[in-house]
Amino acid sequence: MMLTCKEASRLFSQGLDRKLGLWDRLRLRLHLVICDACSAFTRQMKFLRRAIERLP
Amino acid sequence: MKSFAARVEEQRPYLLRYASLQLRDSHAAEDAVQETLVAALAGEASFQGRANLRTWLTGILKHKIIDAIRRSSRESTVAADPLAEVSELDALFDSSGHWAEAPSAWPDPDGSLEQKQFFAVLEDCLARLPAKTAQAFMMREHMGYETDEICKELGVTATHCWVLLYRARMALRECLQTNWFRK
Repeated sequence: MMLTCKEASRLFSQGLDRKLGLWDRLRLRLHLVICDACSAFTRQMKFLRRAIERLP
Repeated sequence: MKSFAARVEEQRPYLLRYASLQLRDSHAAEDAVQETLVAALAGEASFQGRANLRTWLTGILKHKIIDAIRRSSRESTVAADPLAEVSELDALFDSSGHWAEAPSAWPDPDGSLEQKQFFAVLEDCLARLPAKTAQAFMMREHMGYETDEICKELGVTATHCWVLLYRARMALRECLQTNWFRK
């Protein structure tokens, strides 16, 4: 039920490419509430997306 | 005033860099750019009234790049093992699934987007990705394709596609961490 950071990072990445199921979204949200490292990771991933969009 | 042909030709180095980043094959990149320039000259009339020549040419080039990817994925029958590709990511985590080196917030990321040098580092990081990983990633994030379209063009399963995208993001994060944010 509880995700590891490894699973959470993979699931978050998939969430950028497909709509996650309700269960996965819940598990991911729970993990991010308690995990600073993965929260920082998700902000970095969102930044990466913005950076690539602006690639000249 | 410069002729249309001369203005198109001026964009060749930029287009070549753009195509090389995604195709990883200098011949294929040159072919795609050549086809683009030919199509542009033939289609001068359809450019009339558009503001930005480079944007218009890049739009044509994207189609040529997709054509080239489609051709090469039809030719190559060797399917990489997606699990083997994930295992190299294992080093980023310990055996219990925790980060080996926990990510911490990047300082002033938006400020980086204002710096030319940042994009040079980002391009360098993209160039280090394996070809198929880079293609999948650029199709997704730069060209805005949906995953199912990328799978189709690259001839891989949806699961493999997600693995490629995950792998690209993890590698780029590591690369930016090392070469930009840890300066």
